[in-house]
Amino acid sequence: MGIGVKVKVWGDYALFSRPELKVERYSYDVMTPSAARGILEAIYWHPGLRWKIDRIYVNKPIRFTSVRRNEVKSKALASKVFEVYNGAEKPLYISTKQDIVQRASVILTDVEYVIEAHFEMTDKANETDNPGKFKDIMLRRLKRGECYHMPYFGCREFPAHFALCEEEKIHTAYENVEEKDMGLMLFGMDYSDLENIEPMFFRAVMRKGVIDLRNCEVIR
Amino acid sequence: MSDVIKNRYEFVILFDVENGNPNGDPDAGNMPRVDPESGLGLVTDVCLKRKIRNYVETVKEDEDGYKIYIKKDVPLNQSDREACVSVGVNETEDKKVTEELKKLKRNDPDADVKLRNYMCDHFFDIRTFGAVMTTFVKASLNCGQVRGPVQIGFARSIDPIISQEVTITRVAITTEKDAEDKNTEIGRKSIVPYALYRAEGFISANLARKVTGFTEEDLDLLWEAIINMFEHDHSAARGKMAVRELIVFKHSKELGDCPAYKLFDAVEVKRKEDVEYPRKYQDYTVTLRKEDIPESVQVKRMV
Repeated sequence: MGIGVKVKVWGDYALFSRPELKVERYSYDVMTPSAARGILEAIYWHPGLRWKIDRIYVNKPIRFTSVRRNEVKSKALASKVFEVYNGAEKPLYISTKQDIVQRASVILTDVEYVIEAHFEMTDKANETDNPGKFKDIMLRRLKRGECYHMPYFGCREFPAHFALCEEEKIHTAYENVEEKDMGLMLFGMDYSDLENIEPMFFRAVMRKGVIDLRNCEVIR
Repeated sequence: MSDVIKNRYEFVILFDVENGNPNGDPDAGNMPRVDPESGLGLVTDVCLKRKIRNYVETVKEDEDGYKIYIKKDVPLNQSDREACVSVGVNETEDKKVTEELKKLKRNDPDADVKLRNYMCDHFFDIRTFGAVMTTFVKASLNCGQVRGPVQIGFARSIDPIISQEVTITRVAITTEKDAEDKNTEIGRKSIVPYALYRAEGFISANLARKVTGFTEEDLDLLWEAIINMFEHDHSAARGKMAVRELIVFKHSKELGDCPAYKLFDAVEVKRKEDVEYPRKYQDYTVTLRKEDIPESVQVKRMV
């Protein structure tokens, strides 16, 4: 794999919501592959490439804390926006007084990961694009700290700092743990059919602090 | 309208509280939020965003382009209008709307982008922080999630906080029955005697340009709102709160010049050595290590 990168990401908090517990959100123990992909895409993405996550290294012990916040439960209705767009005199906002709910989130604290990933070219790449160019752009951005928008751990209030991981040997927090089964985790969403977006899962096993995603079985 | 912003920004806000509760924790009976491991106080991102929204709403008074989408309360005149509608013809025509949307989508593939832009143009908070618009699946219309350029993390206090329970009494009794056998009612409030909090934020010029159209003018308003966010938010619970520093890092490029953590690390906030119990802002020193900041990044202390 000549086009792989290793990115170290760290932050104070993280929330990788479990789909089964998402009203009162509960984080997975570790970062999901789709969250890792989101972080890389926040740094660099182009229609001509597709990020594939190979490994996730868990560098800090898994610890949780809980935060309860006042949140709104509604979303903007497209139909309502459309009516106002067409000139209807209607109030267009969410009143927090009516729509407020208190929700707790169980979140991870003090996280650090190394994401090992590579990219594949897609058919949307331009003629002048090539893997070398994309890799150079990515490495330059990692070294300079440039990004499209600030990456985050699951939710935007938990920013992820990032840097190119230059260590040859990565020390995880679970080097002495031969194997830890984390159960079924979300692998990502399948967007190939936009009318019917489906989740994909995989059996997450952490070996010595590393989750290997190459050749993992993806369950739909 | 002025131009869409062209630079990435990072910012550090230092704000303090004196004898007040900056952000109550609904899980802990409205005591100030505390990180259980370190004892440091917390203020959530949404709390600060609420203040910014409130300030903009106060200053702009619903002026077009500066409406606020997520509101605390229904303004009176709008309730009035709703009341008028409710006595007149008031069709709930959800079905028709869906039909319309379907038609619109068929005739105009950019319909969802148009609706999104409409929302961004009219609402300051959507342009700034983004919003979730329903994916109108039936009509396969996807206004989707609008990510705004401005992103704020949790604020944390510099030193561990202690929260003090203050018991207060009130002579007016709520129910007549209670009035028969007691003269006062007892209430409680939690206060932090003093704490200095630090919040960090990010502004992505790319999202501004490609998604929401957040302009230079909006940016000025945002800074103004941050500086004044507690000035119009005084209440019995809050005590004295004030923004003490707003340090803005302006990158020379859209993508930025250096990692955000380097800039944040260059701002050091420390309790003075001879101070054991900080009780005022002057008990802290703020140092900005200019030598750690690349020359291409402009630093501005706005307060």
